[in-house]
Amino acid sequence: MSKIYDLIIIGGGPAGLSAGLYAGRSKLSTLILEKSKTGGQIVITHEVANYPGSVRDATGPSLVARMVEQVKEFGAEIKSDNVIDVDFSGDIKIIKGDKEEYKAKSVIIATGATPRNMGVPGEKALTGKGVSYCATCDADFFEDFEVFVIGGGDTAVEEAMYLTKFARKVTIVHRRDELRAAKSIREKAFANPKMNFMWDSVVEELKGDGILETAVFKNVKTGELTEYHADEEDGTFGLFVFVGFIPHSDIFKGHVEMDDWGYIKTDDEMRTNIEGVFAAGDIRPKALRQVVTATADGAIAATLAEKYMEEKF
Amino acid sequence: MLVVDKGTFEEEVLNAEGYVLVDYYSDGCVPCQALLPELEVIAEKNADKAKFVKLNTSKARRMAIKQKVLGLPTITLYKGGEKVAELTKDDATAKNIEAMLAENIK
Repeated sequence: MSKIYDLIIIGGGPAGLSAGLYAGRSKLSTLILEKSKTGGQIVITHEVANYPGSVRDATGPSLVARMVEQVKEFGAEIKSDNVIDVDFSGDIKIIKGDKEEYKAKSVIIATGATPRNMGVPGEKALTGKGVSYCATCDADFFEDFEVFVIGGGDTAVEEAMYLTKFARKVTIVHRRDELRAAKSIREKAFANPKMNFMWDSVVEELKGDGILETAVFKNVKTGELTEYHADEEDGTFGLFVFVGFIPHSDIFKGHVEMDDWGYIKTDDEMRTNIEGVFAAGDIRPKALRQVVTATADGAIAATLAEKYMEEKF
Repeated sequence: MLVVDKGTFEEEVLNAEGYVLVDYYSDGCVPCQALLPELEVIAEKNADKAKFVKLNTSKARRMAIKQKVLGLPTITLYKGGEKVAELTKDDATAKNIEAMLAENIK
């Protein structure tokens, strides 16, 4: 018979790590399950300037490394496993991973979200061949090449700025005629001589023989199509996509209540509709998806999970 | 795993006989770092089937681009210097790598 944990946290991003820290500190036997890289989306972020206390030049990976250290100090266990199914029907919740089956008295879902793709022809085949969703992973391939960034939110503009350190020219392609990004970020972008803007435009199609060679852009106001071909000498160019996120909630469908977009609904204290099951971080419907809101969610969820257990068991 | 660079890639991968699995990574690529320990286990288990090498693309950018690798992590399986299978980005998981080896090397 396998061990029954007090709390299992699914997902090792900021929300999960924060929950693990609080739970470990409360002496709950706590397990964090992370499928790939501890830290979630934040580890592929080059700069975390707006998390209180994170200093200049703080990077996603450095912040996460400190969080992990803290979590371990307080006694929570972190395991690498990919959760494939759950059973929340009993008092003891069952979580099935690729490697093992786990049991817990309470669960926090902190699986977060992943970057959305555009869903245009050629995108999937050319991912890793010029199309990217991770600037810190792939920026240095495009040193002195041309790069397009798709999207107009904070992430798109910040990552575009980062890419200007490598690329000779960065063009933001946005479907509206103004950026949605915060004013301070916008101002920096407009002041950067390497930055260019293509307004009212979306990607229609991407083409290339094993490597990105052509992008077709469409002006959403006029319907006009423009083809961009890679510079002959370069042979290719970069196209980085930051057009929002999709929640990682597929495996929980039918197990907890979600909204129309697949985000897991909770009350103000992170409770889902299932007793003993909480959700924290980007997986919840919310106005601001940032490290600071994720860690707050995690802390609340862990505290309420502890309270639930004291009353229930 | 054998470390290759732009000086040895041709000899160790493109001119090699049999199967060679190349882990394309870079210093700044965190998903690559997360994958590496699992890949090392796979390399040990499959040492008789293929040669496992890794290339830091930060120092071999042109070479990677020539191999049509522009995204990390990318795990490519070569046979006699020709690409036979490739996994990139989210598809580059330990599970998929093992499946790729099983499928291609009988």
